[in-house]
Amino acid sequence: MRAQWILPACVMLLAANSARAEIPLHERKSGAEFMSPQTQAMQADDVSNPGMLAALDGEAFWKQKAGAANKACADCHGPAEESMKGVSARYPAFNASASKPIDVQGQVNQCRSERQQAAPFRFESRELLALTTYIGLQSRGMPVSPPDDERLTLFRERGKALFNQRLGQLNFSCAHCHEDNWGRKLGSAPIPQAHANSYPIYRLEWQDVGSLQRRLRNCMTGVRAEAYSYGSPEFIELELFLAARARGMSVETPGVRP
Amino acid sequence: MRMTGSRSRRLKSLARRWALAGLCLALAPCAHAAVLAPFEVAGDAIPQSLTGDKGDPARGRAIVVDRQKGLCLLCHSGPFAEQRFQGDIAPSLEGAGSRWSEGQLRLRLVDAPRLNRDTSMPSYYRIDGLNRVAPAFKGKPVLEAQQIEDVVAFLASLRETPTAQEKP
Repeated sequence: MRAQWILPACVMLLAANSARAEIPLHERKSGAEFMSPQTQAMQADDVSNPGMLAALDGEAFWKQKAGAANKACADCHGPAEESMKGVSARYPAFNASASKPIDVQGQVNQCRSERQQAAPFRFESRELLALTTYIGLQSRGMPVSPPDDERLTLFRERGKALFNQRLGQLNFSCAHCHEDNWGRKLGSAPIPQAHANSYPIYRLEWQDVGSLQRRLRNCMTGVRAEAYSYGSPEFIELELFLAARARGMSVETPGVRP
Repeated sequence: MRMTGSRSRRLKSLARRWALAGLCLALAPCAHAAVLAPFEVAGDAIPQSLTGDKGDPARGRAIVVDRQKGLCLLCHSGPFAEQRFQGDIAPSLEGAGSRWSEGQLRLRLVDAPRLNRDTSMPSYYRIDGLNRVAPAFKGKPVLEAQQIEDVVAFLASLRETPTAQEKP
């Protein structure tokens, strides 16, 4: 009898803890579901998905020797199809040598500096986007699976606070649009739920591939806020929260977005 | 000027700027008052015009449909047949003048979160209590007092059209 009350009590406690209603699991939708059938078709077909060109570049970079160590990614990791399977689905992860969480692009650059002894790639550079797209592609179709690592908890909680914090002259939080108003229209554009399961994406507005951080900076500029810098702790914290929020959804990298 | 100036001149100008920054900080509350016109809230309204004058509804309409100035149609729709892209996050502006008085419209524009702290309606005439405002917008309200009055005048003019039964 008493056990019957435990679950409802837990649910009520959780609900009381969060300021607003989070999206129920069965209502979660990938951003692709809010797109026109034409854009969906462009993403679904590898021949017409422009993000696949970045993945092809990434495959070339994977095998290219670089740095003073004259090593390629493949020299340590072997074929990406095996070693990188599921990596993007679980990142950001806690990096013991840096004593902080790190995302895939941070991990690529750490390998560049430490293993290849080469200069790290610039954020949003063709090389970094190509490699992260190629690595992301190896997780396509796998569920987003953030690691169950206690060292990440504090950072993820901070990300959640950032997601709910009002920002900029227009004073919006991420949650105002993406939790309270998803499915409605902002001007002409339907508001998606902000799940980060398709990055890097090819965005038609950019006519280019870009990272999740570039997309977050766009939203911040939209609400007239000073955007966080690329690679900033805030972005990693937001990425951790977004990964937890999208847990179990299918990785779609490379996504196409309007 | 700074580029070509001597080192000592540059230092002096730097010192002056720091002094000025200190002064600005010390006078911060006054500086706000200088930027924003003072206003009084009575109940759920700001009864008095921010400028002391009535706004111009035609200018107000232009601000409402402007996607860089008023930004209204990103979230609201309304009786704007020529505007293709209108949002549906917030209630339609149609008939706003029948639902609210000018004073009520004014407070809802100036600082809507005073009435509902969870609202997504931005505060169009507030410069404090905001986070990480981009440098280009820092210390500036979304609309100036005159623009607020123009929009209030326009919204007040949006009357509900009587339905067939109500017509005489």
